[in-house]
Amino acid sequence: MHNRILGSSSARRSRTRVDIIPLAALAASALLLAGCTPAADAPVTLVLVTHDSFALSEGTLDAFTAETGIVVDVQSGGDAGELVNKLVLTKDSPLGDVVFGIDNTFASRAASNGVLEEYVSGDLTAAESPFRLPAGSGGEYLTPIDSGDVCVNVDREWFAAAGIPEPTTLDDLIDPAYAGLLVVEAANSSSPGLAFLLATIAAYGDGWPDYWSALVDNQVKVAASWSDAYYVDFSGPSSEGDRPLVVSYASSPPVEVPPGSTGVLLQTCFRQTEYAGVIAGTEYPAEARQLVDFLFSPIVQNDIPENMYVFPVNAEATLPATWAEYAEVATDPWELDPAEIDANRERWIAEWAAIATP
Amino acid sequence: MSRRIARLAGWVLAAALPLAFVGVFFAWPVGSIVGRGLLPEGVLDAAGILEVLSRPRTQRIIAFTIGMAAAATAITLVLGMPVAYVLSRLRFRGRGVLRAAVLVPFVLPTVVVGIAFRALLRDTPLDGSVAAILAALVFFNVAVVARTVAVSWESLDPRQEQAARVLGAGPVRVFGTLTLRRLAPSIAAAASIVFLFCSTAFGTVLVLGGAKYATIETEIWLLTTQFLDLRAASVLSVAQLVVVLLLLLVTRLLRGRATTQRRSFSARAPRRADVPVIVATLLVAGALLVPLGALVERSLRVGGEFGIGNYLALASTGDRDALAVTPWQALGNSLGFAAAATGLAMLVGLVASILLSRRSRSDAGRRGLDLLDGALMLPLGVSAVTVGFGFLITLNAPPLDLRTSPVLVPIAQALVAVPLVVRTLLPVLRSVGSRMREAAASLGAPPWRVLLTIDLGVSARAALAATGLAFTVALGEFGATTFLSRPDAATLPVVIYRLIGLPGGDNAGMATAASVVLAAACVAVVALVERLRVDTAGAF
Repeated sequence: MHNRILGSSSARRSRTRVDIIPLAALAASALLLAGCTPAADAPVTLVLVTHDSFALSEGTLDAFTAETGIVVDVQSGGDAGELVNKLVLTKDSPLGDVVFGIDNTFASRAASNGVLEEYVSGDLTAAESPFRLPAGSGGEYLTPIDSGDVCVNVDREWFAAAGIPEPTTLDDLIDPAYAGLLVVEAANSSSPGLAFLLATIAAYGDGWPDYWSALVDNQVKVAASWSDAYYVDFSGPSSEGDRPLVVSYASSPPVEVPPGSTGVLLQTCFRQTEYAGVIAGTEYPAEARQLVDFLFSPIVQNDIPENMYVFPVNAEATLPATWAEYAEVATDPWELDPAEIDANRERWIAEWAAIATP
Repeated sequence: MSRRIARLAGWVLAAALPLAFVGVFFAWPVGSIVGRGLLPEGVLDAAGILEVLSRPRTQRIIAFTIGMAAAATAITLVLGMPVAYVLSRLRFRGRGVLRAAVLVPFVLPTVVVGIAFRALLRDTPLDGSVAAILAALVFFNVAVVARTVAVSWESLDPRQEQAARVLGAGPVRVFGTLTLRRLAPSIAAAASIVFLFCSTAFGTVLVLGGAKYATIETEIWLLTTQFLDLRAASVLSVAQLVVVLLLLLVTRLLRGRATTQRRSFSARAPRRADVPVIVATLLVAGALLVPLGALVERSLRVGGEFGIGNYLALASTGDRDALAVTPWQALGNSLGFAAAATGLAMLVGLVASILLSRRSRSDAGRRGLDLLDGALMLPLGVSAVTVGFGFLITLNAPPLDLRTSPVLVPIAQALVAVPLVVRTLLPVLRSVGSRMREAAASLGAPPWRVLLTIDLGVSARAALAATGLAFTVALGEFGATTFLSRPDAATLPVVIYRLIGLPGGDNAGMATAASVVLAAACVAVVALVERLRVDTAGAF
């Protein structure tokens, strides 16, 4: 078992292997003796660096190899923040060739630290322009791949049984009629938690601390992670708790059983878009660009919803049936400039913690 | 003369293995990442360091971490001792199973246990309190005390206690003046390990504390992975190192002098006088069982009804193919990695323990041994985030271009397991009187023979116990493993973490079922290893 694991990476990462050097030298000298120049026909292996939520169906990446002859080695781990920081810290000896999973809250940091090559897929059309980053905040470096809204999810069955109308806006959440019904994730330990904080900052501007004080007065519950907010405190069908409002994703309701038993409050959404880019210093810039294009192509885009629980950005992509029926997309989600997020992240989180987790 | 030189060379060579292991895979990576934070332009940023240290938040976090870990350690010691007594001194049916079963909490993923705990505490004042954090920390660490102390208790000669009782001392006095004093080395060893595990706890503190409490560990995660504030993170990493060193000093003072022990004494059937201890053990076991019971119950629930659907689903890649490998495949990966890590940890730990058990005649030698002792404990007290990022910026060039290689997974797991191996073996090895070795040598035994028959002979039982602990910690390791893991070779804890992070009832159910399987696999392997005791018992 263990040997198989050891073998899988070293065999594929041929360019860093030490013990093939003698063999390569032998082969090279044989070719020289025969009067030829060595041909680079060994398959190129690209390392795709990504976060721990990355998943595609088996065989999807093989389609890329079949089409181009390029092998893809996936290295995953950590969340989006960890991913960008890994790239920044290893700038002098890059971790791989292509990165996927940088989101709009970290895009600016990746761009300003020079860890990416200037490249955006030429296959993008006007239909995807809402997902593109502003110039100066990563727009020159990053191609949008998927997008998911972080929104307040609502347990429809709970509200129907209680005979209370569902809230619809952020303002409703501080209405005493909804006291003690909302659970959110902590902005300092959870990425949907941070996204919800950003939604409130986008909505209330400098007045956001007052909004959060009002939420606290209205008995909001703060959980450390998405898992314990959703599974312990939320009252939905697969959960155990008693709070019918939870900060989650717009893609959560379609996978609940039965679909439609939960829904999203479309006016509370913050849009998280994930991007791919070419890592600066790659030995294979041309091939890396091909992989970025492939991630944006319908074959990957169609595969994204069921594997990563987010929406594809490509307008040509088709959604699975339950998604088409139950997934709701905010038409006008809250958004902030990535550069503003990066400049204020630490201060916002510290101020938030002082209010929400005293 | 030449024999002395050969002896010296032998010791230096033996010391080289553990030192090289900790040096290459811990000191170098951690030193590099901390160096980047503290010496941004190659010069020590003293003003910056002072600024970080003078922040009220930094001081509060350091104080809270130490206080929390100390409190959790004290409670764990008190609750673990009766269990250690029952495991080491009493003979009863099912003792082997109980021995392995106390390890269960230790192997379970913190995120799943955290959720099981929170499900029990929801709507009580305990939810999100320090008490909840402490309860969970104790839950995870009772095994360390129970097992580390049991190993030493087994080899205490009960006749001393019996004599004291005959002479009229009451049971409390006998325990306080005789037993406790003789167990001091192993209690100190267990306490230091528990303290370090508690002070670096991550998921437990966040989930049970409702994200209200920051510890050095959670703050390093936040500073490194979210803010990229390497300077502040490095200051806190140094604080972690200082905590480990202070702890080593304290345990040295508490360790006292080891008394000679040379064999294991057989356990006896329980008597009436054992009733209070048995009751205490049952209460502790009961308290451990409540969250476990909740977990098992949840794993058997599928869409509101009871069934084994979640277990059947472990052969699949989850609801809508959420995983790259099935949980069963991930269990295979986990067992493979953990076995490799255990082998590595036992090799390094055994060599280091034998070395540390020797008393050097020279000051330099003694200081060298102290240094090695401290160096081996450091990985337990330093954040997995610091180590992980350290790997990335150091192990990046041939011949050590390992940062994307799966071999780093067992290496990272072994780093955490080695201190456990050393702390389990060392009290037993130190108890072998040097006179015993000298006697063997004067009777003509060559050094290798002394090592084989005396050191390894006496420590065989402890070595088995250490193997079980090392395997368990490797199997359950999450922090470094998730940083280094690859989707096609994911371990079971990594897969569980992914499942519990996805919506839909099937995924959460699968995650709990996979946790139960992880615990069962751990108990099975450890019980199997411990069966070997029967064969080795006759060796001494």
